Amino acid sequence: MAISRTSVAAAAPWVAAAAVLILAVVSVFIGVAHVDFSALWSDPESRQIFLQSRLPRTFAIILAGSALAVAGLIMQHLARNRFVAPSTAGTVDAAALGLLAVTIVAPGTAVMGKIFVACIFALAGTALFIALIQRVQFKDLVFVPLVGIVLGGVYAAIGEFFAYRTNLTQTMSVWMNGDFSGIIQGRYETLWLAGGVAVLAYVFANWFTAAGMGRDFATNIGVNFRLAMAGGLTIAALVTAVVVTTVGAIPFLGLIVPNIVTMMLGDNLRRVLPTTALMGAALVLVCDIIGRVVIFPYEIAVGVIVGTIGSAVFLTLILRRSNRYATA
Amino acid sequence: MITIDSLTKSYDEHVVVNDVSLQLPDSGVTSLIGPNGAGKSTLLSMVSRILGADAGVVSVEGLDVFKAPSKDVAKKLSILRQDAHTTARITVRELVEFGRYPHSHGRLTPECHAAVAEALEYCDLVDLTDRPIHQLSGGQRQRAYVAMVLAQDTRYVLLDEPLNNLDMVHATGLMQLLRRLADEKGKSIVLVLHDVNYASVYSDRIIAMRDGDVVHDGPPETVITEGALGDVYDMEFSVHTLGGDRIAAYFR
Repeated sequence: MAISRTSVAAAAPWVAAAAVLILAVVSVFIGVAHVDFSALWSDPESRQIFLQSRLPRTFAIILAGSALAVAGLIMQHLARNRFVAPSTAGTVDAAALGLLAVTIVAPGTAVMGKIFVACIFALAGTALFIALIQRVQFKDLVFVPLVGIVLGGVYAAIGEFFAYRTNLTQTMSVWMNGDFSGIIQGRYETLWLAGGVAVLAYVFANWFTAAGMGRDFATNIGVNFRLAMAGGLTIAALVTAVVVTTVGAIPFLGLIVPNIVTMMLGDNLRRVLPTTALMGAALVLVCDIIGRVVIFPYEIAVGVIVGTIGSAVFLTLILRRSNRYATA
Repeated sequence: MITIDSLTKSYDEHVVVNDVSLQLPDSGVTSLIGPNGAGKSTLLSMVSRILGADAGVVSVEGLDVFKAPSKDVAKKLSILRQDAHTTARITVRELVEFGRYPHSHGRLTPECHAAVAEALEYCDLVDLTDRPIHQLSGGQRQRAYVAMVLAQDTRYVLLDEPLNNLDMVHATGLMQLLRRLADEKGKSIVLVLHDVNYASVYSDRIIAMRDGDVVHDGPPETVITEGALGDVYDMEFSVHTLGGDRIAAYFR
């Protein structure tokens, strides 16, 4: 090892922060409408586009990307499996199912109410997954997330059944495919909640690391294992619910970002959480920029781009890992 | 002093620990021996509140381990168990720093840093400080966990089968380290051992269990005897004195 791990760890958050900053500036410049940045203060039209569309979109991307990456990081710790994330534990599908339920039963519900219901469903759906894998003796690295994906498929099937009957299949597909093109001022602010929850996760980072070391380890140092578990899953469920409700699911993000970051920096949550959050934001910024540029002036939804890149990275990780950490 | 009063645990009619009452001393090395299924590990898990009891009370210096706040108990006793799949990639230093959690809640004070440095030094881990624990050998990793417990700075240190998977070099090294902790730091070490001879050579007191009951309890001179061991394990032993130690042979 030429460069020591500690110096990499010290530099990583700053490098990631610089990347996010540069990408955010690029993101703000890209768009169909012409914005004259030199005349931002004198030209009201440019200013309006900047403040009401470009800036909110960039904020939304950063918040959603960082919060989802943090949610994935916490989930892989608590499940003690590196491939457990909102998209492989049924969390996303359960959140969408909750959103569908509230849309059918009480279509007029305010957005915070919808998020609340989606969060409850996401939490229940994930808790069922955790309960399931705790009963399974065969804790294989790949088998566990497969159980989650199958469970997510069951949630999705239930959702589709009711969506079909209520003519909501199209709405459902919007939730399942993240897209920032509709983001304007007044339509993304709920994402600050996800960002806030991610900050809260940082405060309790030591709990999640301890819980990830096992129930006995956590108990020995006086950390309440059940509380850490419940708190961590609530954070992950809330973040997922907010993102699915506001912009739609961004597949694989919560899976690949924590994996790549922890591969380089280790598993001490307090140390890796800021870098994970920033890398999550950076990845979504890149994918959103790609989505906006490839068929300009049209757009490809960010969910498609992240999904494409993410599934390729996921496959690579699985093929690499199953050799070395087969029993993890 | 740890006081165990009428501790009982059973799984579906099968009594694993049967109404055990004991007092564990506040210094020295105490070993729990007995055949598989005797209830040693279950007893240790209950004493360290990792496992709830069906009945009975455990108190550490007057603190009820089941009722008192867990972080208060964590300042008085620590428990090390063999966790089969700890795959977390944290460094030796990060692991040892977790031992300070009951004292500092993650914000390490200068006192904590001093305790961590001393623990690393004491367990001969200075060269391995920044190595991830999953890259260490079994013996090194075991020492790292002991260093964590040392940093936790509890009077009582409980270890469940700490010699598992260690070769004789590392097993003896670990037993010497634990003995030093008892002699130099005045700690009370309570451990579950399968090797009766390690128990004989390093313990001040040996508690032998069988079928959930304590059947023998005393210094090695009274427990490492042909009669007592035969009674505990239901097989034949011949006990020899070698260089002042009592060694039990049971290979034929």
